[in-house]
Amino acid sequence: MIKAILIFNNHGKPRLSKFYEHYSEDTEQQIIRETFHLVSKRDENVCNFLEGGMLIGGSDYRLIYRHYATLYFVFCVDSSESELGILDLIQVFVETLDKCFENVCELDLIFHVDKVHNILAEMVMGGMVLETNMNEIITQVDSQNKMEKSEQSP
Amino acid sequence: MTSHTHIPTQMIRAIRSARTQCEERGVIQRECAAIRAQFRQADNGGRSHNLAKLLYVHMLGYPAHFGQMECVRMIASPRYSEKRVGYLGAMMLLDEKQDASLLITNSIKNDLAHSNQYVQSLALCTLACMGSAEMCRDLAPEIDRLLRASNSYIKKKAALCAVHIVRKVHELGELFAPAARSLLSEKNHGVLHGAVVLIIELCERNPETLERFRKTVPDLVQIMKGLVLSGYSPEHDVAGISDPFLQVRILRLLRILGRNNEGASDAMNDLLAQVATNTDSTKTVGNAVLYETVLTVLDIKSESGLRVLAVNILGRFLLNNDRNIRYIAMTSLQKIVGTDHNAVQRHRGTIVDCLKDQDASVKRRALELSLALVSASNIRSMMKELLLFLSSCPPELRAHAASGIFNAAERYAPSQRWHIDTMLHVLITVNTDRATRPAALSHMGFSPSRLTSGCPSAQSLVQVACWCIGEYGDLLLRGDCQETEPVQVTEDDALDALETVLQSHMSSPATRGFALTATMKLSTRITDNVDRIRSIVSIYGSCIDVELQQRAVEYNALFKKYDHMRYAMKKSTCPLYLISPPPPQSVQLHMKAPSGDSLPARGTAKVTQMVVLNNPNKVGLTHTHTHTQKGEHYLNPTNHLPMSRCYHNRL
Repeated sequence: MIKAILIFNNHGKPRLSKFYEHYSEDTEQQIIRETFHLVSKRDENVCNFLEGGMLIGGSDYRLIYRHYATLYFVFCVDSSESELGILDLIQVFVETLDKCFENVCELDLIFHVDKVHNILAEMVMGGMVLETNMNEIITQVDSQNKMEKSEQSP
Repeated sequence: MTSHTHIPTQMIRAIRSARTQCEERGVIQRECAAIRAQFRQADNGGRSHNLAKLLYVHMLGYPAHFGQMECVRMIASPRYSEKRVGYLGAMMLLDEKQDASLLITNSIKNDLAHSNQYVQSLALCTLACMGSAEMCRDLAPEIDRLLRASNSYIKKKAALCAVHIVRKVHELGELFAPAARSLLSEKNHGVLHGAVVLIIELCERNPETLERFRKTVPDLVQIMKGLVLSGYSPEHDVAGISDPFLQVRILRLLRILGRNNEGASDAMNDLLAQVATNTDSTKTVGNAVLYETVLTVLDIKSESGLRVLAVNILGRFLLNNDRNIRYIAMTSLQKIVGTDHNAVQRHRGTIVDCLKDQDASVKRRALELSLALVSASNIRSMMKELLLFLSSCPPELRAHAASGIFNAAERYAPSQRWHIDTMLHVLITVNTDRATRPAALSHMGFSPSRLTSGCPSAQSLVQVACWCIGEYGDLLLRGDCQETEPVQVTEDDALDALETVLQSHMSSPATRGFALTATMKLSTRITDNVDRIRSIVSIYGSCIDVELQQRAVEYNALFKKYDHMRYAMKKSTCPLYLISPPPPQSVQLHMKAPSGDSLPARGTAKVTQMVVLNNPNKVGLTHTHTHTQKGEHYLNPTNHLPMSRCYHNRL
């Protein structure tokens, strides 16, 4: 199960935070800060897995992350998920964002965070992996956006 | 996809332009006030925008609970755009403990039966994310219906929603089992994936369900075969592998079904061998599948040939350029080093090479594995590598490495001399590291606190050496040695060495104490130079250092009045082993006055045992053994007169 998906920049500013378990607002912010602290300390040539912090869960949970330019993509998962599989999933997520936003950059995530949520909702649901086929994801997201657009045009 | 202004960019720009935290807070407060006002107004076209703004504010960490009711209202709206933001808001702001979440149950129920699949999908998603137990019970039949009769898009979402329901209400697992079973015959990969996830959940919750699902092993094997052996399928292809995510998921389910079950394990044996040999390992996705295969093979009751194949794959992983692969391979090998020891031994060379890996976590695991692989047959070569590692290892691993090396040396030392050499090598290597020294020396029976009293680096070694000379002087002088080149030491040599230490400017008072005691001990072990010892000892009777002076005086006393005691007290019948885990003891000399009072020497250790040596003289000499506990503060060393078989320890 995926407990949380976090995207933050090199300074720790959150760009997306999705929790699949309920935490209070304060705890959520603490988790983001703690995760940033753990992940930003990592050297560039170490592996992409590390133990989770105290807040996000016990010994069964680990953080799997990837660092792209100015953004960290962090998935907090338990042992039921394959580590290498999650790394691949992060890759799919980023590629999908790239396709949807046309050369995605941090600003896109800032100004369109709801869109990012919608894309993510087609990939992970209730903490479980839903769809990993990029084309399928994009097709569905496009249809939904079309629907929204059609509502707006009077 | 162009940039719709779902979230008004002005607000975000305003927030980002704030230069300080304080300024940002001000902007946010103003914006929230505006949003609140908007919420109170009647239905207007920009409702979804306001809520979206609020969600952005929430992500930054500012309170947004006042938007909860707005979420409820939006979810009930007929417009898709408003529902969408409403549901998103509900997932972010509501949890089952709040009353507001009950209010959306009805909306969800209605939306689950909506004609538009995207509306249905919103409801499913929200239910799977935050559905309470009551909501789950209420809506479970609806989910079951969707599992059976809907399109693939909805089916796959319903499957994962069912997983959440089962987690919340365990008994409902029974309800979904039949539907889950029939989903395995679907062709759509998304649905298959969801079905497998659901079946995994059901099997892990209920052993009876697990039994029933074992019957599906042949079906699962068929599906896997189709994925692995089928030709190129553009729809599912990822770097030459057909839907690696699905393959990994099915392998996980096979692992659960095959565990502790011969029949199921047999049924999947061939398939696992096929996957292991046919999967292309040059791409990351291939490695994910291979890794999952390895884990499955090692967890079920697989044939030994298959196990060896699996371990070999792990061995290959250790040579992979990708550090993530090396790391997980190392982790897995560590888990099986106990059960498949011989198979892992074959990769010892690679593992030992990983001690030089750049990644600290890989190094750590390589160290633990290497220590686990040490055996009587490879001790010499392994120790070379380990000592090399110790000299350049990161500081946080040093203590662990040192104690591991000591343990290994103790268990498998081919000879005494080798053992001692190794010990000393380690001590020299870790000597600069204050943190490790205590661990290292406690193996030799020396106390940490003694050494943290400010001794410069060489002192502890010298102390150890002095103690050894004193305690085992007779063996040293006998030249009795199993090594190929015995070193001949004369009594004069030994005394010279000790005297040098005593007279050296660099020796700390503590070190001198050791040397003095050692000299005294030698008096019972040597034959020719007792007078020399007496003279050395008496010199220190007027030493400026009170500690040494006291010692020297007491030793002198031993020489004069209690000469006959000297042998009794110092005769050592110690075993040939230099090292064994000692119970920390300290020895104190007490003078028992004729009145019966016991006058301890300076710096009392805790007295737990009093051994009174009978002697005809009026003054009784009491010799105490004390067991000191760990963590007790260091005490001044006073007299160290060895009793047979005791070690010089003070804690």
